[in-house]
Order: sequence, then structure tokens, then C-alpha cells
Amino acid sequence: MALSYKNPEFLIERDYDKCINCRVCERQCANEAHYYDEDLDKMMAIDKNCVNCHRCVTLCPTDALRIRKYPLEFKENYNWTGEMINNIYKQAETGGVLLTGMGNPTKKKIYWDHLLLNASQVTNPSIDPLREPMELKTFLGRKPERLEFDQEGNITNLPPQIELETPIMFSAMSFGSISLNACKSLARAASEMGIMYNTGEGGLHQELYQYGANTIVQVASGRFGVHQEYLDAGAAIEIKIGQGAKPGIGGHLPGEKVGEEVSRTRMIPKGTDALSPAPHHDIYSIEDLRQLIYALKEATDYEKPVSVKISAVHNVAAIASGIATAGADIIAIDGYRGGTGAAPTMIRDNVGIPIELALAAVDSRLREEGLRNQVSLVIGGSIRNSADIVKAIALGADAVYIGSAALIALGCHMCQKCYTGKCNWGIATQRPDLVKRLNPEIGTERLKNLIRGWSHEIKEMLGGMGINAIESLRGNRLMLRGIDLNEKELEILGIKHAGE
Amino acid sequence: MKKVYAREEYCLGCKLCEVYCVTSHSESKDVVKAHKMEEITPRVIVESTGEVSFALQCRHCDDAPCTKACITGALQKDPETGIVGYNQEKCVGCWTCIMTCPYGAIKRDEYGRSIISKCDLCIETGEPVCVVNCPNNALVFIDLAEKQGEGVEEQDKLVKEQGGCRD
Repeated sequence: MALSYKNPEFLIERDYDKCINCRVCERQCANEAHYYDEDLDKMMAIDKNCVNCHRCVTLCPTDALRIRKYPLEFKENYNWTGEMINNIYKQAETGGVLLTGMGNPTKKKIYWDHLLLNASQVTNPSIDPLREPMELKTFLGRKPERLEFDQEGNITNLPPQIELETPIMFSAMSFGSISLNACKSLARAASEMGIMYNTGEGGLHQELYQYGANTIVQVASGRFGVHQEYLDAGAAIEIKIGQGAKPGIGGHLPGEKVGEEVSRTRMIPKGTDALSPAPHHDIYSIEDLRQLIYALKEATDYEKPVSVKISAVHNVAAIASGIATAGADIIAIDGYRGGTGAAPTMIRDNVGIPIELALAAVDSRLREEGLRNQVSLVIGGSIRNSADIVKAIALGADAVYIGSAALIALGCHMCQKCYTGKCNWGIATQRPDLVKRLNPEIGTERLKNLIRGWSHEIKEMLGGMGINAIESLRGNRLMLRGIDLNEKELEILGIKHAGE
Repeated sequence: MKKVYAREEYCLGCKLCEVYCVTSHSESKDVVKAHKMEEITPRVIVESTGEVSFALQCRHCDDAPCTKACITGALQKDPETGIVGYNQEKCVGCWTCIMTCPYGAIKRDEYGRSIISKCDLCIETGEPVCVVNCPNNALVFIDLAEKQGEGVEEQDKLVKEQGGCRD
């Protein structure tokens, strides 16, 4: 192909009064956007290589760098935006599928921001979490219709549960899509904070078996890394049917990311592409799903809860009801803003529905059918802060999964280039020189701080509502009011409008 | 004594330790002025090849061979602090210390003067700036003997746990 029509996305601005030619930016950029020109005795930039990950800006000792949106405008056109035009240029050059990383960034309504929380005034007292006990403990798993006790007063009929100190878990991110140092950070933080992390479909690296009590092991359509020891290692097993960022399609870990360690953990030859089929080839119905759920329960002596993860799609409520009757103990629903290491852009930005609506619809449906106690409901797909969590729980979730937020805590700057494998922050990469940039000791601390901070904020919000246990908020939609929402939206969310 | 140990597995090879070393040993103590207006050789050396890199500075050896080799007495080991000190005024630039240093931790001045550059553990500021400013905690400032065990083997194990190399 002759001339490329692609223009730079970002402009690297350097303040030469401040630049000391230390070349830190050059050494830190895996995209090779900086170089030192000996003849000019100056640091120079190649704008078109820049992905705006901020690595150079953050490490520059003199704050000499700024990254801006490239100041190049197409003739104004509401329909044919620059993004649309550039996408066509890209595809006309390569004939390929547009790829991207992280969650759906498009301008669509974020329902969390249209929900408002309640607080106590006069008629019921609010609670100060610094002075009074506040309970965030959460148990996930099937709850029996009624409790039975033995002579000593112990419950005898409680199905297996996962115990969480706070209703937050790290969502499924496989070793392969993220680095071992990122996995270690998540695993250690989960185990030190008394929560769970999820292996994703990447198997369990030998060094991570020690965190088994805080691990949810995933079984997905490619069955990578699944064996008896793996199933035994985790506290729960999750069958992954779908992912919010790419409902209905499978996964593809390119061969160049399948090095020695990934190959051993996934049990596939080194350098081969790891392809997860779009469907599970043994699941074509709820009955088939039931067989897999029970096969996994049988394999682990009915000692571990089994979760089924689906993406939020149009018929999510009916599907969730089917999953509950199929014997799942936990249903995890991933909304259309959920992140990914790589997905076709068109799928990520156009398939699936908002998690807030899916959650409300599923919780209502399960209640109507008398199934709600049989399953715990976990949701994910862009939980951005502690208020989102409180709203999710009031809408009916038992706990939330956080993926993007956890990666941001580790240093992710949302440049959406995970699929290139050149993550400058050592997260979405397998390149040894990049992986070592994420020191798991630092990563663990940062994740723990995030969970600690959010848990504290959740307690503050609960206290404000006059509630002293997260259990009392679960499904308590009276604590929510909508703003700027129409009748239909309020009806689906099952909430009143602000002022009502 | 407390020394700086490198943890190779976390070293980015970014060389920010060198930048902050230069700044700390400058007159101005200003990162831009130190690099643009002063001529200072970093006292820490980042060794790197491919994906392996680590920062190296004077090990302040118990039996420091450089102090014995120095013909003018510019290099002396302080019996109390254990720091191998360097007196620039006395140095004549014979480079004998460079030849005797088993770690290659002494450098010639990068600006052609007859002096050397070597780590002084930032005696003036108290905490080595390379350790304080390492973006990935790839440098630690610890006293191995104080940490635990007196035996060489135990110390070796401890350094290995920290991911560093023993001097």
C-alpha cells in the first residue's frame, strides 16, 4: 500500500526549557514515540506512535511533557465524525476487523449517574460508622428455604458459601491477558482484604495456588488450564458464558503472548493462539448448562458454589431465571461497559445492554418467580466508584465485580491499547521488560487501599441512610430515586422519581 | 551497616536514580539547573543489557580495596559509619581505585576532570535519594545484619528474598 491516510491521534509537547535529555521517556515508551537526536542534542517525538498512556509524563522528572489531542480537524460533520473516517482509513488499508481494548467508551446514558441515594433526617437517625459497628460482610451462594439445626444449634443444611469482608471482588482477568505481576497483585490484595479475585480463562499459575481460598476459578469455552487440581484450588467455580465487552463472541489470545509460563498454565503449546470458541460446544440449552454445573459440583464434592457469568443482553432476565433453575449458586452479569483485553470495536460499542437495567430486571424477575434466595447476584461492567456499588446493591446485587477500576488502581491509564501487548504499565503485556514495571508489592498495596477507601465510603453512605448492615440495603430500592429518567426507565429500574 | 541493595526483578532501567543522584549532589539542588548548568557525574550506575537492569553503587566494603589502593588518602573508610568517604581535594585522578574496585562501582568524572565519582550514601540528606525516588521500589536501604541472623548464609538468603545481590 502506498500512502497511509492515518494521522497521529496525539501530539507530544515538550518544554525544552525543562527537558534535561535524561531519556527516561525514551526508555519507558514501548511504542517508541520518543528518541534522542545526537546531531540536534535534543529529545524528539514521533507523534503517530503515541497512544496517550501517560507513562512518559508520569516518569518525567522535570514535568517537561504534555500530551494533547492532535489538533487536526475534519470539516465539521455530525454524521461523519473524525473517528468514523479514520476507522475507514484503517480498514481500507488493512482489510481487518477494528480491534480495541477496555470498556465501551461511547456517549450513551450512564444510569448510575441518574440514580440518587437517600439519607436520614429528623425522623430516623443516621449512624456514624466511626462510632458504631457497621457490617459489610457478604455471603455468596444458595440460601436454603428454611434453616435446619442439629442438637448443638449448628446449621445443618447450608449450601457452600463464599465469605466476603466487603461486597467487592476483582473480576475475571486471565493470566495471558494480564501479566503475572498483575495477577499476583490481585491475588495478594484479595487474600489480605478477605475478598475474591477471579482467574479468568487463563488457568492458575503455580505461584498463585497459595491464594486459593480467595480465588474463583473460571471454566470457559476454551477450557484452558482446567484440571482437577485447578478446580480444587479455588473457593468457587465460575462458568463463563459471556463477557460484557463482547457478548456472543469468543476470545483470542495471540500466539506471541503465549510464552513459557502462559503455555504451561493454559496447557497449550508455546506460541500457539489460544482460541476460546464463541459458545461452549457442550452447552446449547439450559439443560446442557445444568449438566456442566452438576459435573463441576460432582467433581468438587458439592463443596464449592458454582457461578455462571453472562453478559447483559436483551433477554437477560429470562436467561438468569433459567440459570437459577439450572442449579447455579451465583449468577454474575457483566454490563455492556465491561472491559476486555481485546474485542472487535463494533461489538464492544454496539452489543449488550446497560448493567443497571439488566440488574433491576433480573432481580425483579427472580423475586417474582421465587428464585431469588436460590442464587446470589453479582454484577460488573464499569463500577467506577463506591456510590455505584451502593446503588447496585440497592437495586438488588449481592456483590460487585470490579475489573477496570482495579487495573486503574494498578496504573492503567485507559489508553485502550491492551490488545497490542505493549502495555507500558506492565499490566496487559507478557513482555518481560514491561511486566517487571509492575512491582506486585506496590500493586497489592494500591489495590488494598482502593478496597479500604471504597469500603469506608460505603459505610458512610449506609450510615447516612440509617442502615448499619449492607444486608439491609440489598434490594432496598426505596433508598433510590431517579433523576432525568422517563416512565419506562423508572419502571424497569423499579424506582420512583426524585420528588416522589 | 545500612546499604543500598538492588532488586533486579523490579528495576525498569529508567535511570531516574541517576537523575536524582545528580540533582542531590548539585549546588542548586534543582533538577533542571543541575543538569543544564552544572557538571555532575551520577554516583550510581545503572547496568543494563536487554531486559536485565539494576542500579549499582559503592558497596562500602568492610575491607575496602580502594582505600588501600588510593595513593593520596582521598578514599577513607569511616570506622564509625562504615561509609567509604571520598575527598575530592586530595584526589589526583590516578584511577587506581577504579582498577581495584571489584564491583566497578567507581566512575571517572564524565567531564574530563581528574576526579572520580562514587556513592556517599547521601550522608548529607540521610536517606539515599536513589532509593527514595525509585519509581518501582527496586532499591532498598537496609541493614542486613540488623534484620536477622549474623551468618553469611542467612544474609545471603535474606538478600535473595529481597531479590538483590550480596556484596
